[in-house]
Amino acid sequence: MTKQLWKGNEAVAEAAIRAGCEAYFGYPITPQTELLEYMSWRMPQVGRVFLQAESEVGAINMVYGAACAGRRVMSSSSSPGVSLMMEGLSYIAASDVPAVLVNVMRGGPGLGNIHPAQSDYFQAVKFGGHGDYHPIVLAPASVQEAIELTALSFDLAEKYRHVVIEVLDGSIGQMMEPAEMPEMQPVRLERPAWALTGATERPKNVISSIRIDSEGLEAHNLHLQDKLAHIRGCEVRYKEYWLDDADLVLVAYGTAGRIALSAIRQARAEGLRVGLLRPVTLYPFPTERLARLAKQAQAFLVVEMSAGQMLEDVRLAVEGRAPVRFYGRMGGAVPMPDEIFEVVRGLCYALRPPKPSGNGHHPARRPQPEDPGPQGAD
Amino acid sequence: MTDMQETVVFQRPETLEDTYTNYCPGCTHGTIHRLIAEVIDELGIRERTIGVAPVGCSVFIYNYQNVDFAVAAHGRAPAMATGIKRVQPDKVVFTYQGDGDLAAIGTNEILHAASRGENITVIFVNNATYGMTGGQMAPTTLPGQKTTSSPSGRDVEIQGWPMRVAELLAPLPGVSYSVRRSIHDPRHINNAKKAIRTAFRAQLDGMGLALVEILSACPTNWHLTPVAALEWLAKHMLPYYPVGDYKISEGLQ
Repeated sequence: MTKQLWKGNEAVAEAAIRAGCEAYFGYPITPQTELLEYMSWRMPQVGRVFLQAESEVGAINMVYGAACAGRRVMSSSSSPGVSLMMEGLSYIAASDVPAVLVNVMRGGPGLGNIHPAQSDYFQAVKFGGHGDYHPIVLAPASVQEAIELTALSFDLAEKYRHVVIEVLDGSIGQMMEPAEMPEMQPVRLERPAWALTGATERPKNVISSIRIDSEGLEAHNLHLQDKLAHIRGCEVRYKEYWLDDADLVLVAYGTAGRIALSAIRQARAEGLRVGLLRPVTLYPFPTERLARLAKQAQAFLVVEMSAGQMLEDVRLAVEGRAPVRFYGRMGGAVPMPDEIFEVVRGLCYALRPPKPSGNGHHPARRPQPEDPGPQGAD
Repeated sequence: MTDMQETVVFQRPETLEDTYTNYCPGCTHGTIHRLIAEVIDELGIRERTIGVAPVGCSVFIYNYQNVDFAVAAHGRAPAMATGIKRVQPDKVVFTYQGDGDLAAIGTNEILHAASRGENITVIFVNNATYGMTGGQMAPTTLPGQKTTSSPSGRDVEIQGWPMRVAELLAPLPGVSYSVRRSIHDPRHINNAKKAIRTAFRAQLDGMGLALVEILSACPTNWHLTPVAALEWLAKHMLPYYPVGDYKISEGLQ
């Protein structure tokens, strides 16, 4: 299939449909609304369920219901709306049912604004709802990757009977890019044995998040923790660029990762030894890869469109073996490659002060490896 | 010598589990559970019925009914039921909700499920208090009624007026059936069962949301004996919450 021009939000909607999403429940909120609008005509067109809910609270509980019925189901929203869904996500996670949520993140806190941001990292990966759980969190950096991760979201949600949140920052939701859409997958007709489909020729099924005795609830929590340990062992995904000889390792995801890569290309052209680790899964986080890099690299620079949230996870992975610096923009401001480049150059020169040459103080230029393109586990 | 023939005149419905109860002595949840179970049996829909439990004393209804069950977050049962029903319209979906669940924290969900005309059945149990948390003021607590969070009695100047749910939902076009019943004596129990049956029939006929509000006793939190609680219900609740039919769509008569 050839590439077509797709808007991020609409691409995610179509990708979900092609992945066999049977039901969508949502509520309008900028900058995610095109996803809901696309679903409103496309889902009925293919004979599936679309319903605009009365609120994000309603939407996530409709998702919960359809998930209990064993359907591939999703919702989408943006930051303030996702805050309203936290109660439902906690119940879904507690109930071992699969569900997919797309958060097209905007500037906060509060009503904030509708510009792109990455300030919901903590809410997503550190569980914004009550209780001990982490959703699986995926973070695409392009429309093409958003398409691929949307299909993966449903597979992971069902594989682990768990909540998967795909976090797009507003720029990926709103931008148009050439992208290739996968073929339409058939809707799965077989229902899981645990689904609420009516107790026909089987004992009744009950899906509940209440466990009234402490032993029972602790045992259930241990089961949830085992599941998360398995996810941490099997589902870490990231991309890496120019890390082999990097003195300075940038860590950035989504749009920030993409802009950081532009800055790194600039830096490499100037002979600076700098590379990028771009987490694709924010939970599970590439902790082990960063720990290994901490033995090789001299310093880390985390770039985010937030006040520094993923920064904490990078520091936990590096464990003080190297300095971890931060550059971030907030409130819907997106960093320009030049801004990041200036920070990178300053840090690189601090690590390897340029040797004075005969005609001035220009840095010594070294031959550079070719742009390797993305590498790494995925 | 004549042949002796035994006829079963009373037995446990197949939909009602044979188990012990967590409800307090004199609580009428158990009676309502039984009425629902009898109706499900009589309509022959047990194997395609899915219940949605609330948060409150009846959160454990899934222990007593032999049908598939989901337990919703507090007040969200109508939204969850919407999700279940929309993806499998051939199934019979009902919520069972108390007054705190439906008429306080869940007003948004019930109002919009009703407004959309979701084809579900809602059994709404009104006992004028929060039972599970120990008898606090509910949206349905009567004026002057003392509770643990209105110790001087509900003052309508401060806490507002009790909510009449059956009357509130009746005018919505999406509602096929909205009635109030009580279970303080056998005659009212029989009428409650008929209403529950009609509310399920409305769903089977695809007519929209059907609600039966049932006045129910909470002797523990009312600090009354079981018998005195039923008398209190009749004396104090019936005048404010009249038993009656507030909406019966054509075809359900």
